[in-house]
Amino acid sequence: MNTDYIVHLADNALILGQRNSEWCGHGPVLEQDIAITNISLDLVGQARSFYQYAAERLGSTEDKLAYLRDALDFKNCLLCELPNGDWAQTILRQFFFSSYQYILYQQLQQSPDERLAAIAEKSLKEVTYHVRWSSEWVIRLGDGTEESHGRMLKAIEYLWPFTGELFIPAFYEQTPLNKEPWQQRVEEIFTEATLPIPGQVWMQSGGKEGRHTEHLGYILAEMQYMQRAYPDCEW
Amino acid sequence: MVTTKNIRDILETVQDPEVPVLSIIDLGVLRDVKINGNQVEVVITPTYSGCPAMDMIRATIRMVLVEHGYNDVKITTVLSPAWTTDWMSEQGKQKLKAYGIAPPHPKPQVCHMNLFAEEAVQCPRCNSYNTRRVSEFGSTACKSQYQCNACHEPFDYFKCH
Repeated sequence: MNTDYIVHLADNALILGQRNSEWCGHGPVLEQDIAITNISLDLVGQARSFYQYAAERLGSTEDKLAYLRDALDFKNCLLCELPNGDWAQTILRQFFFSSYQYILYQQLQQSPDERLAAIAEKSLKEVTYHVRWSSEWVIRLGDGTEESHGRMLKAIEYLWPFTGELFIPAFYEQTPLNKEPWQQRVEEIFTEATLPIPGQVWMQSGGKEGRHTEHLGYILAEMQYMQRAYPDCEW
Repeated sequence: MVTTKNIRDILETVQDPEVPVLSIIDLGVLRDVKINGNQVEVVITPTYSGCPAMDMIRATIRMVLVEHGYNDVKITTVLSPAWTTDWMSEQGKQKLKAYGIAPPHPKPQVCHMNLFAEEAVQCPRCNSYNTRRVSEFGSTACKSQYQCNACHEPFDYFKCH
């Protein structure tokens, strides 16, 4: 297994986890504030498992990989680093990404690489909750009020061009992921949510290979501040 | 001659910092104890990948073993097979209930993808099943929030996983 691939899996989980954590104390209601930050915690936990594995192979540490690399070295999908926007945008991104992770980890738990298979098996149980929670919210907002429906439409328009990258394999990905089950899931939930199924559009890509949007640098600046200001600090 | 039973007896005193009535044995977090010469190896598994209690649990294991004179301690974390609430001991479930947290069901009901499913969870205070879910996510990753419609008690449910 290519170590870049392991770092890519870790970066996806870390960056989305970090993004979601921005909702801490700002959620629309207390219970959902707790939900989105619990999902953050799961994602950061998954990221640690991947970073620890990658660090062993690279002779590095999980902290160095998370805190001392710059934007060009990060291999997360662009979708993960996009701003949270409103609740609709955050929910829709989580739904797109968790549905993708669900399929990915199902495949990965069959991997001949036992370490990756174990992380996938563990994470899949958590992702199942994330898919269910975010699917329910897509339906609730899509099939909710005029206001919530309108916000979901805006979120679809913004996020859809970033979903293609999930299924375009980077050079370090050995097995491309089949998009079909993901597409089916989206169509099923969107139909229930009375939302239109987006058609073919031009898809953004590049994150997996280190070409990021302008948003990633700001995340790293905040996330890495402590390690950069106080090298090797621990708590 | 130190036996794994000696070590397990000591580890029975290591509690989950988030749910301080449960030991790591009740919780099913302790997977194995091995004696390699002078070294004691303790094998543990996390409940959830991001569970912040794991670092605390590791530190406490090391501390209690050192207190009992075992200085050479190795703590190994395994992820597979993935932790499940099925590993929680019967005694652990009773302790949870007495503490005011509804224990996980013996048969998982909503560890699947069906939407808008809700489990019939028994109120730990009055035993009524007339309860409602307030939130799927609770104060820690392993719990969700419920309220009893009969006695109005708000409570945590240790969700099946």
